[in-house]
Amino acid sequence: MTPERAAPVKSKVGLRHTTSIAGTFLTAACASIGAISLLCILGYVAVQGFRAIDIAFVTALPVPAGESGGGVANGIVGTAITVGLAVIIATPIGLLSGLFLALFGRGWFPEVVRFLSDVLSGIPSIAIGLFAYGLLVAPFRHFSALAASFAFALLMLPLILRTSEEAVRSVPRAVREGALALGLSELSATMRIVVPAARPAIITGLLLAIARVTGETAPLLFTAFGSQFWELNPTQPMAQLPLQVFTYAISSYRSWHEQAWAGALLLILAVLVLNILARVVLTPRSQR
Amino acid sequence: MPTTVPGARGEGGPPRRGRARSLNVAAIAAADRFFLFVVHAAVGLFVFVVGLLFVELVRQSWPAIQAFGFKFLWTSQWNPVTQQFGALPLIYGTVVSSAIAIVLAGVVGVLAAAYLAEFAPGWIARPLGFAIELLAAVPSVVFGLWGLFVLAPFVRTILGPFLQHTLGFLPIFQGPISGVGLLTAGLVLALMILPTVTAISREVIVAIGTDLREASMSLGATKWETVARVVLPASRIGIFGAIVLGLGRALGETIATTMVIGNRPEIAASLFAPSYTLASVIANEFTEANGALYVSALVELGLLLFVVSFIVNGAARLLLWIVMREKK
Repeated sequence: MTPERAAPVKSKVGLRHTTSIAGTFLTAACASIGAISLLCILGYVAVQGFRAIDIAFVTALPVPAGESGGGVANGIVGTAITVGLAVIIATPIGLLSGLFLALFGRGWFPEVVRFLSDVLSGIPSIAIGLFAYGLLVAPFRHFSALAASFAFALLMLPLILRTSEEAVRSVPRAVREGALALGLSELSATMRIVVPAARPAIITGLLLAIARVTGETAPLLFTAFGSQFWELNPTQPMAQLPLQVFTYAISSYRSWHEQAWAGALLLILAVLVLNILARVVLTPRSQR
Repeated sequence: MPTTVPGARGEGGPPRRGRARSLNVAAIAAADRFFLFVVHAAVGLFVFVVGLLFVELVRQSWPAIQAFGFKFLWTSQWNPVTQQFGALPLIYGTVVSSAIAIVLAGVVGVLAAAYLAEFAPGWIARPLGFAIELLAAVPSVVFGLWGLFVLAPFVRTILGPFLQHTLGFLPIFQGPISGVGLLTAGLVLALMILPTVTAISREVIVAIGTDLREASMSLGATKWETVARVVLPASRIGIFGAIVLGLGRALGETIATTMVIGNRPEIAASLFAPSYTLASVIANEFTEANGALYVSALVELGLLLFVVSFIVNGAARLLLWIVMREKK
C-alpha cells in the first residue's frame, strides 16, 4: 500500500515544481518582451539612422521635398531653445512648490496639490497644447515657440514638483532643525542646507523632466508650428526636431523617410543620454 | 576668533557684529516672510494654472457644446464640409485601440513586474528594469516611426494573415489588411504603456509585506504558487491602479497613434481596418481647421480627453494612494 500511495504524492510535488519553474520562465519571458522591444527599436533606429546621417544633417537647413541633402540644424537649435525656456519657466515653480509640499505637507491643501500634480502628469499632451494655443497663440494671432515652452513647462511641472518634494523630504529632519537651532533663518536653512543636500535628487528629477519633453511632438503642432528657416526669436514660429521627424515620416518621399530616421536617432540619443545622466547623478546617493 | 555658522556667511557680514545682529533679526524675519510668500505663491500659481487649463478648454469649446450638446458624443458623422461633428467614430477608435493595448500590456506588464519583484536575482532585475524604464523614455514620434515602417509591414505580411488564417471566423479578424489600423495602433500603444504598468505593479508588489510570502512558503507552497495565489491577489487593487494608469496614457497618446492608425473616421468591426482617435483628429486637423465651429469642435475633443483622463488618472491615483497608505 505505502509505495503506491507515495508515488502519486511525489509526482504531484514534481508537477508543482515543474509548474513553478514554468511560471518563472513565463514571467521572465514577459519581462524580456519589454527589453527586447527596446533593443529592437533602438537597433532599428540606429541602423537606419546611421545610414542616413551625415555632417550636413546637423549643420544645414532643410531642403525642399525630393531634393537630396539638407538637414535639420534649425530644428535642433529650435528644440534646444524651446526646452531651455521650458526649464526656465518650470524649474522655479516646480522646485518651490515641491519645497512647499515637503515643508508644509500636511492638511488638505497639500494633498490637493499632490493630487492635481499627479493628475496633470496624466493629462494628454495634446490637450495641454490646445490650452497653450488658446492662451498664447490665438490672442496674438501667430504661432510661437514660447507657447510650446509653456506647454512643455506644464508637462515638466508634475515631475519636478514631486521629485523635489521627495528629495527635500529625504533630507533628515534633524539637519534642517539643526540649522534653524544654530540661528539660520528659514530661508537660509532651506536654501543653503536642505536644498544643497537634496541637490542630486532634484537634478535627477529635472533631467528626467527634460528627457520627457525632448521628443514630445503633439503640443508643438499648434504652438511652435515649425519653420523652414533659421528662427531664433521665441515669439515666432520655430522649427522643431520632433516635428520634422513627424512630417518627414508621414510624407511620401524616400529621402524624407531617411531624414526621419536620422532625426529619430538624434532624439533617441538625446533622451538616452539624459536618462543615463540622471542615473549617474543619483548613483552616489542611492548606493546603499 | 568668532566662529561663524557654516552657510550663514553673507547675511549682513561678520564685521561690526553688535549693530549688524540687531538689524539681522528684522532682516531675517522679513526674508523669511518673503520666502514663505514666494513658496506659497508658487503653489498658488501651480493650482491656478491647472484650474485655468480646464476653464480655457471649456471656454474654447463652448460654441460646439452649445451647437451639439450631448449629441456630440453619440452621432457618427465627422464631416467638416457640412459642419457636422459627431465624435462617436473617434471615441470608438480611441477605446478599441486602448483596449487592445491594455489587455496586452496588462497581462505582460503584471507578469513582468512579478518576475522583477519576486523571481529575478538582482543582477538580472536591475538591468532588465532599467531597460523597461528606458522604453518609457523613447519619444512617441520614434514609436510612431518604428510602428509605421517596421510594425505595420509585419502586421500586413505576417501577423495579419496568421490571425486571419487561425481566428478568421471572428468578425474582428476579417476584411482586408492594410497594415495601418486599430491592431497596429493597439500594439504600439501596448509597448508604450508597458513600462508604466510594469513599474507601478512592481512597486505595489514590493510593498506587500514579507510576512505573507513567508507564511505561504512555510505552508509548503512553491514560489510560483506563492506569487500567483498570495502575492498577486494581495496586490490586486494596486495592480488595477497601475493598469488604469496605463489606460490613461493610452487614451491620450497622440503622435504614435496618428502615424499608425490610418486616420479614417469610420466604425468597422475589423481590427485590421483603419480608424481614428480623438487625439489624432486634433493633431491632424487643428491647424487646418477653418471656421469657429470646426475649431471649437476640435477643442471639445480635447476637453473630452482632458475630462476622461482626469477621471481615469484620479481613480488610479486614488486606488494607489489607498494601497500605499495601508502599507505604511
